[in-house]
Amino acid sequence: MTTEYEVIIGLEVHVQLATESKIFCDCSTEFGAEPNTHTCPVCLGLPGTLPVLNKKVVDYAIMAGLALNCEISEYSKFDRKNYFYPDLPKAYQISQYDLPLCQNGYIEIETGNGSKKIGITRIHMEEDAGKLVHEGSIDRSTGSLVDYNRTGVPLIEIVSEPDMRSPAEAREYLTQLKKILEYLGVSDCNMEEGSLRCDANVSIRPVGQEEFGTKTELKNMNSFKAVEKALEYEVERQKQVLARGEEVIQETRTWDDSLNKTISMRGKEEAHDYRYFPEPDLVPLEIDAEWVNEIRENLPELPLERKERFISDYGLPAYDAGVLTDSRDLADLFEECVQAYDDPKTVSNWIMGEFLRLVKEAGIEVAESKITGKLLAKMLRLMDDGTISSKIAKTVFEEMFKTGKDPETIVEEKGLKQISDEGKLEEIVDQIILANPNVVEDIKNGKDKAIGFLVGQVMKETRGKANPQLVNKLLREKIK
Amino acid sequence: MINKKDVEYIANLANLKIDEDDKELFTRQLDDILNYVEKLNELDTEGVVPTAYTVPMKNVLREDRVGLSIPREKALANAPDKKDGQFRVPRIISE
Repeated sequence: MTTEYEVIIGLEVHVQLATESKIFCDCSTEFGAEPNTHTCPVCLGLPGTLPVLNKKVVDYAIMAGLALNCEISEYSKFDRKNYFYPDLPKAYQISQYDLPLCQNGYIEIETGNGSKKIGITRIHMEEDAGKLVHEGSIDRSTGSLVDYNRTGVPLIEIVSEPDMRSPAEAREYLTQLKKILEYLGVSDCNMEEGSLRCDANVSIRPVGQEEFGTKTELKNMNSFKAVEKALEYEVERQKQVLARGEEVIQETRTWDDSLNKTISMRGKEEAHDYRYFPEPDLVPLEIDAEWVNEIRENLPELPLERKERFISDYGLPAYDAGVLTDSRDLADLFEECVQAYDDPKTVSNWIMGEFLRLVKEAGIEVAESKITGKLLAKMLRLMDDGTISSKIAKTVFEEMFKTGKDPETIVEEKGLKQISDEGKLEEIVDQIILANPNVVEDIKNGKDKAIGFLVGQVMKETRGKANPQLVNKLLREKIK
Repeated sequence: MINKKDVEYIANLANLKIDEDDKELFTRQLDDILNYVEKLNELDTEGVVPTAYTVPMKNVLREDRVGLSIPREKALANAPDKKDGQFRVPRIISE
């Protein structure tokens, strides 16, 4: 008989905060600058320099804490985490050890069996390390190049409880977490640029057993999908290890996306003994109720609240509200359009349908598209007043998506104006009737549906510009 | 009791190479220091909040404003080795 196992997953997520300047000095945090052009004696760790904490980092960390239902500590401090690695110029990272800023929160996620709370153990602030580029692969390189621009960029680390029971739940947790952080505006959460990074702890235990099995730590997953795949692989690997009568070894494993497997990092890491002690160059933080309340009062609307409001204020189905509030940018686009065009369901249909289709096709982010709510509203009004047909509207929409041009200009330039001139259409309708005597006969014999074919022919002839209602009317008049 | 293994472990964490003779010496010295500090444990600290800082200051903060970074040549001026505007370091993983 095979043993049934339960999967236990906890996640550690590092998030770069979207401040202008670094956490302990006033160097820029801008991504993509020339190597080592955003450094100074403080972030290079030169002797005799002193770090000074960026207030916005604390504000953002408190915002994240409140949005993730955490308690905000009244007293908090920084500690040195000591280890040698060339991406860390001081040979220690300023982090928080025993008194993190936020504790005991949770995120609500949707699972197959309804919603579930995933506990958040803590959120603490720390500085990012530099970027290393190895000359060749890490184990065969002759040396590495170091860029310290990223050194000192502010991070929060969000540590979850081991509450997730499947790789899919882990992915859902990350999706919800990212959504909340994006809504808060505390991070751009761009995984490709490394502003959101995730490590996972995973173990398995026989169903019914109280104590946890031995866990492994997974690193180097560069997308939510990779996190899910790495966890699936690792769960299966651990099951096979146990099935062979062996034991899971506590170790760090790195995910290789091209090989689709986790690889042991054993022997490639020093023992973890960070010898934390209070950072003597900084003073403690005391956070009073006033500070926390001020931030609480200015918290933006969060995804769940916004979804509820879309349902109640705009009368949208829950499904629409869910899709639209999935990203803050998408929800903003919808609301901007509804302000100028008061038919929420029509706007929702266009955004969920055509807009998301084009975004997906182009492989871009919502914010990168050239469509604005005002442009879409204007296009919808052109449809309402009969200037363009719904078919032509799609063409106009695609053009707006590509160029961001005004819909009226597009209609003008491309000659897409709907033909509603009876005289003009009559000519074309006559031609089509003449060219399709059999179809006309069918219609006369009561096969009413065949009229659709003739309408189609007229539309084709006019390249979609004919007013379909008018065409229908003319055809019926002439065939009777 | 501090033994030679502890000294070797600490030296390794601190990236220090220590002669065999010195290991004996440091073992003895570290042990003496710890025994001395051990006296503090005789005090009853029940209910006393641990002291992380002795300076009566808190919440020293700066506004989030970007200032001038230093020119790259200056940042790299003390680098023992450099390439393409970056610090160059020896291989990280030993064989």
